Amino acid sequence: MTIPFLGRKKRKLTPEERARLWKETRRAWLYIAPAGVVMLIISFFPQVFQLWMAFTDYRIKNLRFNLFDSSTWEKYAPPFVGFENFVKILTSSLALENYNFARLLTFNVVWTVANVFFHVVIGVAIAMALNEKFLIGRRLYRALFVLPWAIPGLITAVVWHNMYDDRFGAVNQLLAVLNQNIGTHFPTDIKWLIDPTPPIGGPLSFLPLAFYAVLIANIWLGWPFMSVVATGALQSIPAELYEAAAIDGANGWQKFWKVTVPLIRPAMVPAIMLGTIWTFNNFNVIYFISGGGPFGRTEILVTQAFKLVYEQRLYGVGAAFSIVVFFILLIITLIQNRLTRATEAYNA
Amino acid sequence: MPEKLKWKDIFKQILLQIFLLAVTATVLFPILWVFSIALDPRNIDKPLELELIPPGASFAAFHRVLFEPYKLLCKNPTDLSTCMTFPLLLKNSLFVSLGTALFTVVLGASAAYAFSRFKFIGREAGMIGFVAMLMLPATGTIAPLYVLLSQIKLPGTGEALRTTLLGLMIAYTAGALPFSIWNLKGYFDTVPKELEEAALIDGATPTQTFLRIVLPLSLPALAVTVLLGFMSGWTEFVLAWLLLENPSRFTLPMALRSMQGQFSTPWSDFFALAIVMSAPPVLLFFALQRYIVSGLTVGGVKG
Repeated sequence: MTIPFLGRKKRKLTPEERARLWKETRRAWLYIAPAGVVMLIISFFPQVFQLWMAFTDYRIKNLRFNLFDSSTWEKYAPPFVGFENFVKILTSSLALENYNFARLLTFNVVWTVANVFFHVVIGVAIAMALNEKFLIGRRLYRALFVLPWAIPGLITAVVWHNMYDDRFGAVNQLLAVLNQNIGTHFPTDIKWLIDPTPPIGGPLSFLPLAFYAVLIANIWLGWPFMSVVATGALQSIPAELYEAAAIDGANGWQKFWKVTVPLIRPAMVPAIMLGTIWTFNNFNVIYFISGGGPFGRTEILVTQAFKLVYEQRLYGVGAAFSIVVFFILLIITLIQNRLTRATEAYNA
Repeated sequence: MPEKLKWKDIFKQILLQIFLLAVTATVLFPILWVFSIALDPRNIDKPLELELIPPGASFAAFHRVLFEPYKLLCKNPTDLSTCMTFPLLLKNSLFVSLGTALFTVVLGASAAYAFSRFKFIGREAGMIGFVAMLMLPATGTIAPLYVLLSQIKLPGTGEALRTTLLGLMIAYTAGALPFSIWNLKGYFDTVPKELEEAALIDGATPTQTFLRIVLPLSLPALAVTVLLGFMSGWTEFVLAWLLLENPSRFTLPMALRSMQGQFSTPWSDFFALAIVMSAPPVLLFFALQRYIVSGLTVGGVKG
């Protein structure tokens, strides 16, 4: 993706070139300035402040500390604690119920990988189905299939939370309808979000039923985005390529792997990276559907950070948490970048 | 040969239709469930059975959310005339969402153009700086943001920017900008440079070529930016709760959230308002659908 222009070689510039560069630089930053100022005030400054908070024992009484009012400095400035917050977070020694950093991180990674995998596979499959030449009802399907994306996220999350209700939820009721009409024997009192026993044992026994429930809800939410990106990429593949492949005797499977995949790859890679970042920090779905339960087993890093701030009022620890999340995401993005570059060279 | 091909096509069509109908069913199931609850006259309880049209179905819940005052959002709880009403909430929401969309597209396009077309000092660092904002969770930033926006006073009224819809709009814009700049830059990169070079030779300034040539050719990406800006203003409520004070400035998602009580929620009302609230973004998605597919470059469709 992104990390653009890295690794370009530098060379000496002539005075003329340098003058041009300065002129362009001035002009470019003028264009960027309006967006830059907004980002500086709303995003960058609070992030720097957060970085400082992460090294202090910032608590509720320190909220009266005001950087712009020097009379509050003496009285309300939080004590500096160095790396204590980070150490506490990473060694799981926060005074919190069910807090275990390694489990949180593992769960967060598994959650992200599972979601992005299904989003991409389902998204691409549906985009390909919709891209078939003689498909009847294409426009209608396309219109219907943006619905999960178009409906505000808060609403979808609340709806899924209610659908998983063990007594009044639509999911159990649907199972009951299936039992009645097809003669299946599903249990209809499944405690989707509460039951702590893992449905799959062995290496996956750290995942409670709620994980699968939340996963299903987020797959429902997330595939349309991937599908739209894939559609754009599929439409840009010239039909001649498939015709040429057919003449060479390629079957459908070979066409998919030799033509479709390499050609939608440049579009899918950035979308996957974005999807990874979004899913890794997908607060709404976890917070409003499972609430992190049962026993904190579906908590992800950002919901835990949110609870530290808004339930425990440990602002300093919460800030340190955000910094930790940032570095983990940065590492994941760099690894992905590496991997995709490596495979790019291989494919070319 | 053609005969055989035809059978194959029909078979394929049937398989595709079965697959797509199954997808349609999963997409529609939660949505239809929401409709059935919104039509349910019992309001407090959740339904015991799965029925598309519940017994005694009525539009009463829709009537309530559209025409009755919101008793939880009042300046003075004993005086119903100081409560928020749907038209007032809608006005605030539209103001914030359209403002966010406008700010995002104007600021985003301008910055993206610089990243796409100019070679300048700090290009890499600037672009990475914007994209890195996608990875930084904002959980801990709300306290400093609160303080900062309280410091900025509006000229004239002397009100803190924090308590105004304008402040909210600016905050949402900052949230929507990183992705928008990335996406717009990707799209601008695909607009052929030759057109601009020709215009420059004819004596146009870079600003003119940007406004007259690049922007008109980038309608899909601009549409996507407008859409996402609108969506962030239309649906956000966490920040709004923390920043705004005066109920007369509250927005629709805040009203929706306020219905969720700790112990009981009027579900029919909740879902009726949810449906009403979902309508504008859904219609916008439908209207802009043609643009969304081509306007979402995420960095490199046409590379």
